[in-house]
Amino acid sequence: MGDLLTIDDLSIRHAGRPLVSGVSLSVTAGERLGLIGESGSGKSLTALAAIGLLPEGMTASGSVRLAGREVIGAADRDVVGLRGTAVATIFQEPLTALDPLMRIGDQIAEVARRRARRDGRSLSRAGVAAEVTALMARVALPDPARLSRAYPHEMSGGQRQRAAIAMALACRPRLLIADEPTTALDVTTQAEVLKLLETLVREENMGLLFISHDLPVVGAAVDRVVVLRAGEMVEEGTVAEVFGRPRHPYTIGLVEAARAFDRAIGAAL
Amino acid sequence: MSLVDLAAVSFAYGRGRSVLDGVDLRIEAGRNLGIVGESGSGKTTILRLMLGLARPTAGRIAFRGEPLDPGNRPFMRGFRRAVQAVFQDPYSSLDPRQKVADIIAEPLRSLKVETDVDAAVAGALASVDLPPDTAGRYPHEFSGGQRQRIAIARAIVSRPDLVLADEVVSALDLTTRIRIVDLLKTLSEKTTLVLVSHDIGFVALLCHDLVILEKGRIVEQGPARDILSAPRHPYTRRLLASTPRLADFA
Repeated sequence: MGDLLTIDDLSIRHAGRPLVSGVSLSVTAGERLGLIGESGSGKSLTALAAIGLLPEGMTASGSVRLAGREVIGAADRDVVGLRGTAVATIFQEPLTALDPLMRIGDQIAEVARRRARRDGRSLSRAGVAAEVTALMARVALPDPARLSRAYPHEMSGGQRQRAAIAMALACRPRLLIADEPTTALDVTTQAEVLKLLETLVREENMGLLFISHDLPVVGAAVDRVVVLRAGEMVEEGTVAEVFGRPRHPYTIGLVEAARAFDRAIGAAL
Repeated sequence: MSLVDLAAVSFAYGRGRSVLDGVDLRIEAGRNLGIVGESGSGKTTILRLMLGLARPTAGRIAFRGEPLDPGNRPFMRGFRRAVQAVFQDPYSSLDPRQKVADIIAEPLRSLKVETDVDAAVAGALASVDLPPDTAGRYPHEFSGGQRQRIAIARAIVSRPDLVLADEVVSALDLTTRIRIVDLLKTLSEKTTLVLVSHDIGFVALLCHDLVILEKGRIVEQGPARDILSAPRHPYTRRLLASTPRLADFA
């Protein structure tokens, strides 16, 4: 099967300043890739470039192929068609991804209806309701009948992120991009959401591009990682290779910092 | 004598549900305390009560054996000098219109501490490893980690006995976090720290004792080493089991 996402020699500039330089990576179906970096490393910009949503004023060069179609330089209407079919994205703060004035069930339903229209299917009202219930159950949201009538502010942070994941799944994307999806969540909720993502990606045979600054969280979510620093790739490999035997001084620093926290809570527990 | 005592402290907003319920804890000088809990556990409310920013609905809070009474102005002046705080967001906790020197000197001025202000500011900056020329610049010129150092400098300039820190590294990158941990470790040789955090790893690096909070109640407290090596309460066990570790993957 072909790559879901292939980034080749991607560079991003703003006002003449390089923000990302020479990044290359690919994700195939069933593959889980982590993009690690600290603030300003260019990890989120790389993800935005992948879905053709770079902020105004930034220019990208190189190649980004999403489901075999070139994104860089493509007309917006062509890229819009890929978002939601080839790729769906979940972000760090589910509150900003959800409409505060709309019941959660209606928000998921809207995506399901749009996806059906795009596929040339017609969905009855009962069909939409059934799909919403199924999606909410899929992301383990409790009591879908009641919760689908809730507004985002009436839900917990973990429930909101599950709802955002349900909306992403309603698109039935081949590739899921998750940008710091658990950073705003409590640690016990984070563990549940990571488990959910792992199950969904495996069962739906999606590709996953998981972006985070938190090494152990990335380790729990992916098989392979790319380490970015100041817009450049400094290291890549399997999780065991990069975390177990980091080669670049920057990665060594990150791994040592993470190990210090490990030691404090007793890695042997 | 203990620095701070909370005895059967409860707190509720209006007639609402209790945010804190019967909390007993003691802060001893020289023993850093970590208060660990998730959203809604009441950890920030405990901090606000300890700072005298809110009054408990039930129970007593004492500082050095005297009741913490926000209405007692002479007592509060000494209290504010002895107890300082650092907050989570280094972007919103510093006044963007003031120079760093004025930000750091603010506790000295408001508490009417008679001292050489410039020398005290320079000393505080040196303690947090920031260069002297930081004093004449504005907060927006600094990174998140540097801003958090400025906030810490402000907290220690009055030479407090106790510094309360609310999620002080949550907004920072991993490598910056470690540097702030090292800084706090050095500072805790002179002042006692109370760290409030959802991150048990961060707290464990610095604290002698831990309090584990769940939904407004203390479910477990004691020496950090004991709790980490043999957690007794199911919630503590779940918290530890949910915390991802690098060792699981490498």
